[in-house]
Amino acid sequence: MSTIPATPSPATIPPVTGSPAPAGDGRRRRFTDRFTGGTNSRWFPYLLVLPLALILFGYVVQPMFATFAESVGVDAVANYTSFFTNSGVARSSLVTSLIISAASVLLCGIVGVAMAFLLKRFSFPGRRLIEAIILVPAALPPLIGAISFQLLYSETGILPRGLQQIFGTAEPVLPFSGIAGVLVVHTFTMYPFFYLSAAAALAGMDPSVEEAAYNLGAGRVRVWRTVLLPMLTPALVSASLLVFMTSLASYTAPLLFGVDQTMTMQIYINRTNGDLPMASTYASVLGVVSVLFLLGMRWYEGRRSYRSQSKGVAAHRREITNPLGRWLALGASLLATVVLLAPVATIALVAFSADGSWTTEVVPAAYTMQNFVTIFSDPNAFQPILNSLQMSLLATIGCIVIGVLIAYAVRRLDFRGRGVLDVAVMLAWALPGTVVAINLISAFSTGNAFSFGQVLIGTFWIMPLAYFVRFLPLVFRSSAATLAQIDPALEEAARNLGASWWRAFGSVTLRLMLPGVIAGGLLAFVHGVGEFVASVLIYTSQTAPISVEINNRMYSFEVGTAAAYGMLQVVLIFVVMVVSGRLETGRRASREAAQWTA
Amino acid sequence: MIDVTLESVSKRFGRAGDTAAVDDVDITIAAGEFFTLLGPSGCGKTTTLRMVAGFYFPSSGRIRFGDQDVTRRPPNKRDTGMVFQNYALFPHMSVAQNVAYGLKIRKVGRAESKRRVEEALAQVHLAGYGERRIDQLSGGQQQRVALARALVIRPRTLLLDEPLSNLDAKLREETRVEIRRIQREAGTTSLYVTHDQAEAMAMSDRIAVMESGRVRQIGAPQEIYHRPATSFVARFIGRSNVLSLPVLGAGPETVTVRLPDDSQVSVAAPTDHGLGTGATALVSIRPEHIGLTSATEPGVVTGRVTELEFTGMSTNLLVDVAGEAVQVAAVDPPAGLSVGDQLGLRLPRERMWVVRP
Ligand SMILES: Nc1ncnc2c1ncn2[C@@H]1O[C@H](COP(=O)(O)OP(=O)(O)O)[C@@H](O)[C@H]1O
Ligand SMILES: [Mg+2]
Repeated sequence: MSTIPATPSPATIPPVTGSPAPAGDGRRRRFTDRFTGGTNSRWFPYLLVLPLALILFGYVVQPMFATFAESVGVDAVANYTSFFTNSGVARSSLVTSLIISAASVLLCGIVGVAMAFLLKRFSFPGRRLIEAIILVPAALPPLIGAISFQLLYSETGILPRGLQQIFGTAEPVLPFSGIAGVLVVHTFTMYPFFYLSAAAALAGMDPSVEEAAYNLGAGRVRVWRTVLLPMLTPALVSASLLVFMTSLASYTAPLLFGVDQTMTMQIYINRTNGDLPMASTYASVLGVVSVLFLLGMRWYEGRRSYRSQSKGVAAHRREITNPLGRWLALGASLLATVVLLAPVATIALVAFSADGSWTTEVVPAAYTMQNFVTIFSDPNAFQPILNSLQMSLLATIGCIVIGVLIAYAVRRLDFRGRGVLDVAVMLAWALPGTVVAINLISAFSTGNAFSFGQVLIGTFWIMPLAYFVRFLPLVFRSSAATLAQIDPALEEAARNLGASWWRAFGSVTLRLMLPGVIAGGLLAFVHGVGEFVASVLIYTSQTAPISVEINNRMYSFEVGTAAAYGMLQVVLIFVVMVVSGRLETGRRASREAAQWTA
Repeated sequence: MIDVTLESVSKRFGRAGDTAAVDDVDITIAAGEFFTLLGPSGCGKTTTLRMVAGFYFPSSGRIRFGDQDVTRRPPNKRDTGMVFQNYALFPHMSVAQNVAYGLKIRKVGRAESKRRVEEALAQVHLAGYGERRIDQLSGGQQQRVALARALVIRPRTLLLDEPLSNLDAKLREETRVEIRRIQREAGTTSLYVTHDQAEAMAMSDRIAVMESGRVRQIGAPQEIYHRPATSFVARFIGRSNVLSLPVLGAGPETVTVRLPDDSQVSVAAPTDHGLGTGATALVSIRPEHIGLTSATEPGVVTGRVTELEFTGMSTNLLVDVAGEAVQVAAVDPPAGLSVGDQLGLRLPRERMWVVRP
């Protein structure tokens, strides 16, 4: 045996170029070949991405610039310098917003982390019940949530008046008003950010790491300080950023507790006073701060990682054995249950109260079905429901189509500018609802290429457009999360068996993404139905959604009817949660997306 | 007849100038042949296979099926059947639906499709499993569904990317026999990727050994084993000693080298060895071909045992010969041999072979 050439000679094969297009049904065949070949070409990602990029630019990015242009359009930078002058509303609003946000982070952090440790590390009676209902207050639409806390804890609220009656004092006991009221709402609705991330970090933590510390002689306090808390740090930092951002964007709580000097309230007040340039200035500042937070979060999430090394071992729970401790735990569990369910219970109770019947009593005095009868029989009262359903449905369809495609493009296609596309979607999420509304007002109060030359402000279409911009990230996140679970080899297998790109996408990838897409779509729909923050700035009398109607009824002291609308929304949310819960994989996706709702 | 041709195929990922994942590869595969790409992880096997499947396009070079140039043809027009490393079965379809997927795309009639699916499932010993969900199957069964799905469309080329790597050792051996049987019955040209040299040797008609994106040698298992082209191939296929020995003279197919005991020996070499007097030749010899002896005669070098390991079938020794560690697999070592002993190693001339670096 002699040498073995490393490369056999290819001389035996006659060189042939060009693919052998089967002769026959000529033009059409060649056209479809070129078309399907198109999905395989280097340019295909760009063909798919270009319209998506245009949409994000047109409805998210470009309106931001329009707002900035609006803010400097009349007096150049004079509006901005008002943030630096010592006295003045602008400066104090900024400071108040920052203080409220910082305090919210602190309060939510304490409550959320304590809850996570108690529920994940200890075993006591009532634990499962609390785990089941712990997210209930946060699941309410922002307006309903804020109203329920007002009904519960403000000067005229159930708790202070109840305590007043019990103790026989002249004034309501422990009423929350102003900034304190805002902080109560924030704490109850935002601690889940801390709870969820701390609980996940605790669950993912390898117990042997902690055991190793004990084994090396560390006491319990030392283990917490030197092992547990440092390992929780990444989770806590992300949660802090999220709560800070969400508090900064919060609008309904300051509105209901009458804290006028916050950024969001100033946007609203200036807009309703007709000073759009000043409203735009506030919106620009708030927008820039939010974007900085978004970028900070992405940077931080990119570098953090304390992944647990071993897996499979569940973190151990300490059983509370001391009888006194058990009774205390039971009592605390009951109290927690009441506190967690109180907002929903209050809405349900008030929904059946006769309008005007609740004056100085602890709870409403007279009960009736009339509120619901009015809503469903009076066409004027029913119109807001129709409006909300219609506008939210339109927006949801848009969110699903565009959200799924962007998720696919960002996660599966390789093209330049992928990161930019990703950031652009999340930008829509990071921007407060008030800012989104001002952006759309600035961009579409005159005709614009993206509105096909039409003025959109004052029309029906601005509402679904605003919902689309606000809730696109929900569908994107849940689709992307589901997509991450699907092995790209599945689509390749379909391609290998002869499926065109469209067919492989439809019959395999999209089909498998469906639970996540549906979960995200339902979430977007529910949020659209409850949307208040942006709506209140752009609605017209014909397009008033449920939330605006609730707000108006509150102002005209028709609390019962307002709560009845709220109750209907709560029922819708409950139904949707049950449905999404049935979509096995959808559950994970929606949880992922829910973490991002603001 | 030649079925698949890769002609100077290269693939670079990322920016131009980065090192190539696949570098100037020439391969021809005959119709019906079972051809294997063998090499360590990261050497470019998967990338090569995916270029044949059409999931990557080569940065340069051509790929031909028969006399058709398919270099830039999309994957769904190539008529290859691929078995993925993790099987890539569609989780939302039953076993039968998975297998029927390619037939549906080919618009095969319902009755015909049903018959062929049943036939394919029977072929992989899964008759009656058609209605099962994918997650109700064991790993080995999933592997066989993937094989059936690829075979049922009667592809012109079967592509397999480490299809056995997720199976346990016993199942791996059974399944490799099965794959080979089915492939022979169907007569489908197959391109198989593995990093397991034993698997490659047992299954293949021919093997291409790859290293760092390049093909180092192509040949039948025996050729590669007995006549490795490079020191990498010698060491990667089985175990091998590669000794650096001074060249005393060179012929067209032989090279004369000096052994550590100063004796001269003429060793077979490839025709393009390019070695001249004074150069250093790399000479490979397998541990099992080295004999132990106490006699001193030409061709016997002496060394000191530094490690000794009894494996049952043989005793593996590491012997220090003038500073070089030589592996020896002795079937019948002298009784009482222990670390530190001096002994003679017989290096048979006919078992030595000059390799390239
Ligand atoms: N999509 C890709 N992008 C960039 N580099 C890749 C890609 N796929 C493979 N590579 C690189 O190409 C080389 C060969 O990879 P691969 O063909 O997967 O090796 P093997 O299958 O032999 O283990 C590796 O260095 C790998 O990092
Ligand atoms: Mg590989």
